[in-house]
Amino acid sequence: MSATTAPAWTKPQQQANWLVRLFDWKPFLAFACLLPAAGLLLVFLTYPLGLGIWLAFTDTTIGRSGYWVGLENFQYLLEDPLWWNAVFYSVFYTGIATIGKFALGLWLALLLNNHLPFKSLLRAIILLPWIVPTVLSAIAFWWIYDPQFSIISFLLVDKLGILDNYIDFLGSAWPARFSLIAANIWRGIPFVAISLLAGLQTISPSLYEAALLDGSTGWQRFRYITFPMLMPILAIVMTFSIIFTFTDFQLVYAITRGGPVNSTHLLATLAFQRGIPGGQLGEGAAIAVSMIPFLVFATLFSYYGLARRKWQQGEGND
Amino acid sequence: MTDAAALPEAPQSNTATAQPEAMAWDSKARRMVTIYLPLACFVLILLFPFYWMTVTAFKPNAELFDYKTYNPFWIGSPTLDHIKHLLFNTAYPHWLVTTMTVAVCATFLSLLASTLAAYAIQRLRFKGSQYVGLAIYLAYLVPPSILFIPLATMVFRLGLFDSPLALILTYPTFLVPFCTWLLIGYFKSIPYELEECALIDGATRLQILRQITLPLAVPGLISAGIFSFTLSWNEFIYALAFIQSSENKTVPVAILTELVSGDVYQWGALMAGSLLGSLPVAIFYSFFVDYYVSSLTGAVKE
Repeated sequence: MSATTAPAWTKPQQQANWLVRLFDWKPFLAFACLLPAAGLLLVFLTYPLGLGIWLAFTDTTIGRSGYWVGLENFQYLLEDPLWWNAVFYSVFYTGIATIGKFALGLWLALLLNNHLPFKSLLRAIILLPWIVPTVLSAIAFWWIYDPQFSIISFLLVDKLGILDNYIDFLGSAWPARFSLIAANIWRGIPFVAISLLAGLQTISPSLYEAALLDGSTGWQRFRYITFPMLMPILAIVMTFSIIFTFTDFQLVYAITRGGPVNSTHLLATLAFQRGIPGGQLGEGAAIAVSMIPFLVFATLFSYYGLARRKWQQGEGND
Repeated sequence: MTDAAALPEAPQSNTATAQPEAMAWDSKARRMVTIYLPLACFVLILLFPFYWMTVTAFKPNAELFDYKTYNPFWIGSPTLDHIKHLLFNTAYPHWLVTTMTVAVCATFLSLLASTLAAYAIQRLRFKGSQYVGLAIYLAYLVPPSILFIPLATMVFRLGLFDSPLALILTYPTFLVPFCTWLLIGYFKSIPYELEECALIDGATRLQILRQITLPLAVPGLISAGIFSFTLSWNEFIYALAFIQSSENKTVPVAILTELVSGDVYQWGALMAGSLLGSLPVAIFYSFFVDYYVSSLTGAVKE
């Protein structure tokens, strides 16, 4: 009807072919937009997750598809001291490294929250350990932990004279365990510090001013303002940190490969060792699947544990 | 009422103690000890491994294993031998090219997929879109260490074993959730009114996406791109499990499996390899550091 009055205006509308109209139809467009992401994730994430759980109940090896063996893999693992050792070290590694990362990261974030010269340069430098490939910095740590040419030993023994003998960082179980944890903390500090710094900067300065007027001490300001206000972001960052520390693979594989005498195997490195070079895909998958309960527990604990605290302190629980 | 009575006394004693503290807080010496000294320690410890890596990469072997006669913290006579050895006697250039190709392709693929997904979730707002968003977020919490064994069997059956294509297709599993999440946050910050105006003017939704939303989302796309690139450059476990032949390996895997041979480690070459392997990410990062920091903190805040 308006074609007579404004032909130039309606013309493109009429010319629009069915393809254009199809892509302008909202349900189809939404479907088409989600297709690449959903396709990739379903094929390469959801399906393998299911396949992994199925493999854990079979005796598949490389080159031979397996048969259903029920809980046999898990029964075997429960009697396997190496698996128990890996469970112990995974929990220990995650626990100590998380405490270290968050204590030091929070401290660093508080330091960076002051007025400092070269602020952005400082931040750029501090994030460096996080962006450099883990394996490559792990190799640097491997060299720092060398039994003969360790620079730390050299400083402590020859320069400062604190110790008498060179430290055998990676040669025996406990020093190796702690050396790996130190490397993990070193790598984790920047991420925690920068994320918490973002959280710190959202806290309104007027809260601190009010507290100063009320005569609060520095510790009180930290305990009753900074800490509760940081809780939500702390919960998220901690959930991520725990998940990715517990399932860490690169650092341990690069520095010790689970040695000495299998004492530093994490569940992920043990799963790799049994599954890929060892060829026992079923058993490797069972070890990988045995991580899931720990992960679910850690996520629920850190998320709900910390989120509830936020609610208790009278903040809006969005 | 009792509070009001007690008030005049309480502030009196408080100001008496608070005043000197406030004065002391501002004093330079105290600031030095409580802020600059710990900060300097942090920076020193965080940077030391890189310094050590660089120093080792340029030291001749004689200095490398003799701390007594040479100062270990400085290079007496710098040499390029290790880097030369790396570039001409090993397949290092090939590994760099492979890593670069894989990282660029995986980044491109995941950016494409996650931009479309984020647009659909945030802007098309169909029924249940927030559940799709939640599912994508949960996908990010699935770590690669759980997936690599079933993925290895899949890769094998698809005939992609030992091919970089396997890495290009599997890296998006951890890139897409992260980028989608980041971009949803970014799209949220673009006013919806702009799109409504375009709709009234008769633009189709694809035109809106291409001509209005995407140009405005460029900073978000850049930070998602940097993240994807860095994460794919750093990836290790998939590359270790899916690639076998030397020339198809990525830098992190190749350094660890090809350069570490026998009982005597060539520390100089290892450190030179690590240094060269870190440089592309570090350079890339230094150009976009502001995007990087803001998107990292922004993504966490979401």
